[in-house]
Amino acid sequence: MTRISINGHQVSVPPGTMLASALLGSGAFRFRNSVSGEPRAPLCGMGVCFECRVTVDGHPHARSCQVPVREGMEVNT
Amino acid sequence: MRVMVCEESGIIGGGATAAGMGHLAVMDDSEAQFALTSYSQMLWRELAAELPASAEYLTCGALWVAADEEELVEVHRKHRFYTARGVPVEVLDSRQLSAAEPHLRAGLAGGLRMPADSVCYPPCAAAWLLGGIPVAFGRRVVAASGSGVEFEDGTNLKAPVIVLATGAAIRRLVPSAPVAPRKGHLLITDRYPGFLNHQIIELGYLKSAHATESDSVAFNAQPRSTGQILIGSSRQFGAEDSGIDSRILARMLARAVEYMPELRDLSAIRAWTGFRAATPDKVPLIGRAPGMPGVWLATGHEGLGISTSLATARLLADEILGRDSAIPRSPYNPERTFVH
Amino acid sequence: MIVVVGAGPAGIAAALRAQECGARVTVIDDNPNPGGQIWRGDDENSWVARFRSSGIPLLSSTRVVAVDVEARSLLVETDGVSGRLSWKKLVLATGSRELFLPFPGWTLPGVFGVGGLQALAKTGLPVAGKRIVLGGTGPLLLAVGAYLRQHGADVKLIAEQANIQSLAGFAPELLRHPRKVLQGASLQWAIAGTPYRTGCWIDSAEGVNKLERVTVRSGRDIWTEDCDYAGVAWGLTPNTELLESLGPEPEDVYVAGSGEVDLSFVEGEIAGLNAAGYPERTVLLAPKLEKARGFAAALATTFALRDELRHLAKPDTIVCRCEDVTYGELRKFTSFRAAKLQTRCGMGPCQGRICGPANEFLFGWETGTVRPPVFPAKIATLFSDAPLPADTTGQPDTKEITS
Repeated sequence: MTRISINGHQVSVPPGTMLASALLGSGAFRFRNSVSGEPRAPLCGMGVCFECRVTVDGHPHARSCQVPVREGMEVNT
Repeated sequence: MRVMVCEESGIIGGGATAAGMGHLAVMDDSEAQFALTSYSQMLWRELAAELPASAEYLTCGALWVAADEEELVEVHRKHRFYTARGVPVEVLDSRQLSAAEPHLRAGLAGGLRMPADSVCYPPCAAAWLLGGIPVAFGRRVVAASGSGVEFEDGTNLKAPVIVLATGAAIRRLVPSAPVAPRKGHLLITDRYPGFLNHQIIELGYLKSAHATESDSVAFNAQPRSTGQILIGSSRQFGAEDSGIDSRILARMLARAVEYMPELRDLSAIRAWTGFRAATPDKVPLIGRAPGMPGVWLATGHEGLGISTSLATARLLADEILGRDSAIPRSPYNPERTFVH
Repeated sequence: MIVVVGAGPAGIAAALRAQECGARVTVIDDNPNPGGQIWRGDDENSWVARFRSSGIPLLSSTRVVAVDVEARSLLVETDGVSGRLSWKKLVLATGSRELFLPFPGWTLPGVFGVGGLQALAKTGLPVAGKRIVLGGTGPLLLAVGAYLRQHGADVKLIAEQANIQSLAGFAPELLRHPRKVLQGASLQWAIAGTPYRTGCWIDSAEGVNKLERVTVRSGRDIWTEDCDYAGVAWGLTPNTELLESLGPEPEDVYVAGSGEVDLSFVEGEIAGLNAAGYPERTVLLAPKLEKARGFAAALATTFALRDELRHLAKPDTIVCRCEDVTYGELRKFTSFRAAKLQTRCGMGPCQGRICGPANEFLFGWETGTVRPPVFPAKIATLFSDAPLPADTTGQPDTKEITS
């Protein structure tokens, strides 16, 4: 299993899981706040809609549907 | 007076207005430029409270950055110039500069802060300024005279006063106007709130932007109220194609990263170009079109179109209505630059 | 060097055909794994497996950011590296994305494109026990419904907007494609027990901060279905940004792939043969191409979007999800460019990929020109001028990559 941290909480997922899938699976629904403050989560699952953006290891705007989980990854939504 | 605006595209502010940065600056290249920019900035300030949120008016201040001692001399010259004219300015040493903009590279010599400089989003500001004035969209004006304008379809619109404000395209209607298009590129990033605090301009700008004979780039960055960062700038004479010139864009961005190394990892989402209306003496043409009775010009604002739009409008309206103006109008009289 | 952009069915077919002809090929793809959206790293798929064992270098998770037509090079970006990749022949097999039509509540977390939902499920999203409603149009609804059922989801409804008459008209076309009938039959078995309603669509999605239920309409009947996830499918829209940025009639550029998998594949084969310099070999593929085109045309007719779908969006329905621009704001304008400038619609990081086709459908607007960066990129990428390092292509010889 691969351990990642989601908003400070440790989560274990099978290796190779895509980050967006791991986040949804852990119950996260607010991946980002839209410009008017709405919660948003993945729409296209294919890297084009940019709704699944999260901060990965301090870098904002990572498209979580295109990022495989990595041991020790720190994710903030 | 009854006023009508003719706009050949279907879009308000779709030309240089849409392409520009929206820096509402006070500038000191000449006394004439200073008078116009500072008058206009005051008018913007008066208007600020009424502007809609979509105009994104933000008094972020401007920071002129000196990379070395030579440029620091320019900081002090500017400081004396503005202080003598009552414009609030502040000299920053190297450490104060870092504190004001933590993402600037270490070791810059210093800077000049102009706290009253603002920014706006020009297309929405323009649409709001137009208010309820009727617009004839999609009608291309092919000729103008003191009796009216002629459209491409052969029809006419009669009016005793015609104002031509077609930016760099003025030569289509007034072939003798000494205005040349000067192409520029801009790029905008995704949202990074708090990354940048001021409109930043490098003082190397003075060396490159004034070298009119060749293509040049200079570091210029602006914080948008959205948290996006707008990055410029480039200047090219003789380029007519509106496409992105990837080599100029690359030079422009490399220059920006020299000043602000962390920009390199930010996500760029859009780049575009526009054409500034440049005059030989860098002062706009505001007033009667020489040899064309009944026709007035408002063009040649180079990179200061939105900055000086409000003052330009006042001066022109004053002249048309025979009123006095808040600043002398003669420096902008088109007569000075026309070759007869 | 032939560079193939895209490792979906069309790109894989093009690369394998070109390699058969003895050409040197490199494939670049923006996904972490080959197979495109439809095969998605599925090693059980024989073509993906063949591609993987072909030795053709694949640059995965790699995006094309800009094209230099004169220099014949692509500016590409991967997570760590960026640089230029030169081509002699270029095959664009950039595939399609899902078309999204705005409806009230479509921005709620839990509403996905049906292909997107499957992609997430394939990459680790647990769906067992989840209540799911699928709505929209086309065979993808059934395929994804079956996939989700196989993985333990409670697929409560599949709502197909096309009416029963046009589906019945599709049956003879299916009979001409035995493999698809077989696929259809196994699909039917897989979705047995799941209500499949024709002439039916999702009107709106509701919930507080996430999806809780959808409102479904069929004729005069309107009802709600409680659900955890909803998948919507309104068809596909091709990724044409790269092609458009090449300008009119670019030389030595071959385009393949148009959504439907069999057609994409054969178009890919043809593009690969042409790029490798063996156009005469494409003659043999003509019957296959014609058959695939017939099927794709029948699909398009059968699953044409009904007019009612233009009226799902309400004034407060968001159309541009990057900038939160509503249908009510947009309908004041007469062109996409005017709307863009005044509302920021299409100015966000998706560069109008989602709202552009929606605006085309809703207002009939043309969505304008493509400029670099054709995909959001790091600023550093836009001034990196170096050839791409050889090791990122998996090829030992640098010259091979840049020649």
